[in-house]
Amino acid sequence: MVPFNILVAVCLVYVGLLFLVAFAAERRAERGRVGWLRSPLVYTLSLSIYCTAWTFYGAVGYAARSGLEYLTIYLGPTLVLIGWWVILRKLVRIGRSQRVTSIADLISSRYGKSNVLGVIVTVIAVVAATPYIALQLQSVTLSFGVFASGTPEGWALPDQSATALWVAGGLTLFTILFGTRNLDANERHHGVVMAIALEAVVKLVALLAVGIFVVWGVADGWSDIAARVHASPIADWPLQPGRWIGLTFVSAAAVLTLPRMFQVMVVENSDERHLSTASWAFPLYLLLMSLFVVPIAVVGLAELPAGSNPDLFVLTLPLAEGQGKLAMLAFLGGFSSATSMVIVAAIALATMVSNHVVMPLWLSLREGGARAPGDVRGLVLMSRRISIAAVLALGYIYYVLSGGSAALAAIGLIAFLGVAQILPAMIGGIFWRGATGTGAALGLTVGFLIWLYTLYLPSFGEGGLLSARILAEGPWGIDWLRPQALFGIEGLDPLLHALFWSLSLNTFAFVSVSLFTFPGPVERMQGLAFVNVFDHDPGARGWSRGGAEAEDLLAMAQGILGAEEAQGFFEAEAQAQGKAGFLPETTPDFIERLERRLAGAVGSATAHAMIAQFAVGAAVSAQDLMAVASEAQQILEYSTQLEAKSEELARTARQLTEANDKLKDLSVQKDAFLSQISHELRTPMTSIRAFSEILKDPDLPAEMQKKYAGVIHDETIRLTRLLDDLLDLSVLENRKVKLDVKVANLHDLISKAVQAASNTRPERQFTLHRDYPAEHIPVITDTDRLVQVFINLVSNARKYCDAERPELTINARQRGGRVIVDFIDNGSGIPKASQRLIFEKFARLTDTARAGGAGLGLAICREIMTNLGGTIAYLPGQGGAAFRVSLPVRREVAIDAAAAE
Amino acid sequence: MGRHVLLIEDEPHIAEAIRFLLARDGWAVTSHSDGTDAVEVIRRAAPDVLILDLMLPGRSGHEILSDLRGDPDLATLPVLVLSARGHADTRAKVEQAGASRFIAKPFANDEIVATLRQMTPV
Repeated sequence: MVPFNILVAVCLVYVGLLFLVAFAAERRAERGRVGWLRSPLVYTLSLSIYCTAWTFYGAVGYAARSGLEYLTIYLGPTLVLIGWWVILRKLVRIGRSQRVTSIADLISSRYGKSNVLGVIVTVIAVVAATPYIALQLQSVTLSFGVFASGTPEGWALPDQSATALWVAGGLTLFTILFGTRNLDANERHHGVVMAIALEAVVKLVALLAVGIFVVWGVADGWSDIAARVHASPIADWPLQPGRWIGLTFVSAAAVLTLPRMFQVMVVENSDERHLSTASWAFPLYLLLMSLFVVPIAVVGLAELPAGSNPDLFVLTLPLAEGQGKLAMLAFLGGFSSATSMVIVAAIALATMVSNHVVMPLWLSLREGGARAPGDVRGLVLMSRRISIAAVLALGYIYYVLSGGSAALAAIGLIAFLGVAQILPAMIGGIFWRGATGTGAALGLTVGFLIWLYTLYLPSFGEGGLLSARILAEGPWGIDWLRPQALFGIEGLDPLLHALFWSLSLNTFAFVSVSLFTFPGPVERMQGLAFVNVFDHDPGARGWSRGGAEAEDLLAMAQGILGAEEAQGFFEAEAQAQGKAGFLPETTPDFIERLERRLAGAVGSATAHAMIAQFAVGAAVSAQDLMAVASEAQQILEYSTQLEAKSEELARTARQLTEANDKLKDLSVQKDAFLSQISHELRTPMTSIRAFSEILKDPDLPAEMQKKYAGVIHDETIRLTRLLDDLLDLSVLENRKVKLDVKVANLHDLISKAVQAASNTRPERQFTLHRDYPAEHIPVITDTDRLVQVFINLVSNARKYCDAERPELTINARQRGGRVIVDFIDNGSGIPKASQRLIFEKFARLTDTARAGGAGLGLAICREIMTNLGGTIAYLPGQGGAAFRVSLPVRREVAIDAAAAE
Repeated sequence: MGRHVLLIEDEPHIAEAIRFLLARDGWAVTSHSDGTDAVEVIRRAAPDVLILDLMLPGRSGHEILSDLRGDPDLATLPVLVLSARGHADTRAKVEQAGASRFIAKPFANDEIVATLRQMTPV
């Protein structure tokens, strides 16, 4: 019916489509147009990775074997989502404010950034997820197999392990491509989320289509189905309240603790409000997914030959009815379920393995720890990629070793209970300040071991990892240690038995040890931040990860002092260190002054703690500090608001202090400026003095006399120009400048500037691109001043553009009442860190000799533009250095007159 | 040939003046204008005395000085620090950091020559 080649081709086309969708979404996000990529609908659909192949195919099998019990798997998440206000909202808020990257990160961060806990959670997650991933690979190969055996002419399925290997390889490629494109500050993956949202739609449509076909195509509508249910063994299944409650609880716990669910629900969440949509939409999705499960099971049991695998009814029913296309759709649905689970699980697990195992190991093995320079970003990406490959390889190996054994079918619930061991530490962590890391570590370990012993290992069957004797008689014949009857409690369902012992002992260890231990300082602080996350709401986030120390300190300081003040402080410090225009070195002196400055804002104890943590190094990352800084800023803002409301007197006092601080700042800035001027004056004077003394020597050869006199002449001009610039700047800054407003054509002004700048480095070939017609815009402004700005920009491009064939593009246009002129060259541009400094005085970025100027050009340009009622700004991301000049078409003279008075 | 002096200074005219003065006084002069690889250059050149400007592209003279003093081979190298910094405490700071002598810019030519002679007694 469906030849193998077509099946493979359809798969490939479908995977190609996923690639395209993911790629388009990434491109869209890169251009900053996130928009509907992050809509509540996409968010809800992404949650559907909860429905793996195990639910897509397995729910029908489950219903055929155990009646309505399969509903518990949907009931748990439904309860969690409907009650999102209680736990989910808090998790998402914490995830955002603490910048949590995974569930391991959440637990580790809550308990004092303890990496031991991160490792424990990672191990639990990997152990529980590996068979689960294997299960997905198995479902894909099995469904291939169905098509093979369903054909009368019969094409034999190529080696099953080979199919699984291809699938695993393809998934590895996809996950690496879209899961590790960049180290996003938010750890978000637009492409992946879009692709799994599409897969969510495909699997829903596929299951609904099969269901509709079964109910109205095979059976005779709902009444017929109802009659068939009565007649089938499904109706006779007894309701077991214990298992219902237990399974609902386990699935509710799993939806919170499964690494992949945590990834889509918390880490990828871009807006808390999406939760309120998902709270009804996701249960609705689950309802639709479960709607036709019983009909398919009943009809399958009745129509298909006895002994057919009910797990594959979704595929085999359409095939048996000769509906090849429908079967193909069902196949794609199952394929979608399996692949979306594997992709997200691999991303989530790889993040955990890389952040909590690989990176700490690397840092401890490496001399100098986190403070040593190097390409950490590249390393993190590489370790993520390797981890993804490793996770999928583990899944594949497990699949091959288990040989697709029956044990796999039960692995879904076993994995659920495994990750559910994280629940006590998670819930305790966000609701109970007394919870400690020691307690969490012990609880997790105890729960994990009991789960391994009572459920995971026995699931391999007798003769698996536990011998039949241990299962029957207990280890060393100790009766009460039998894995499935701990402490002599017999007769319980194995899953309920494991659930009861693992979670109760886990919780007991966690609570009792927490009560007897005391949290460390970081832990205490984190506990406070987690439990009271709603008390101070985190604002907008714009952090960047990685980078140099001074940058991190600057980012942190900006969070506390405010952007302008922090930048001013850093610039002054950099100048004092003789590094004007760069970021300052983080010398002990500088750090001490920074601490004092921070103490003014947040109090000395906090400032000291923050700086001390930073100075100590690897234990606390810059990112953590920034989180603390942001928190401090919120507390500060909050208290300022309170103050403002309370007493008039206090406000006056604060204003006085602020005025005083501002004066002090001005004084610091003035000192730095004077010191810089002194340096700029002394440098040419040094040459002049030295060479004039040399010239006094009567024996100096004539050509040297001439040469040295030339040097003196050049340096005198340099001095004069510096003084001119300083005077110009001073006039402009004090707004004492008299504007000579005239009407002119912008085109003529640009041409004038280009001409005047043409003797800057005239030896270089320099190409100009201009759009003459667009330049013909009449402007009414101080034309000489505007030309001065243009000359500066053109000659800067001529001076600093480092391209082999330097080119400058000038674009002019009118927008409303404003004229915009862009100057874009094709050099390497200005480094990000320096972009905000270039308009400062003396912010020269290259060495003096080449520049020739005093580093005041752009500062003057900025002042001129302010005087002209316009702006000048650096345009990042244009390829080369790019400046935008913007000014009103008509400079209002009346305003000048008012300003002049 | 006279004794060897290495000059680290990024202002080409100032470097030229100092080179002229010292060559006239019988010194073998090499010069270098970048702070980034200065320590490596110093190690390779193994001069008898070093003249170091404070404000250099790449790395500052302060950093270079502290590297030298932390290096057993270079810890005893006589260093004359030049600076156009106006601060009064610059002298104290660099001398504390291990500079042998400090001269502010602009300088008298004789002062440079005489100081270098004092720093390297024969």
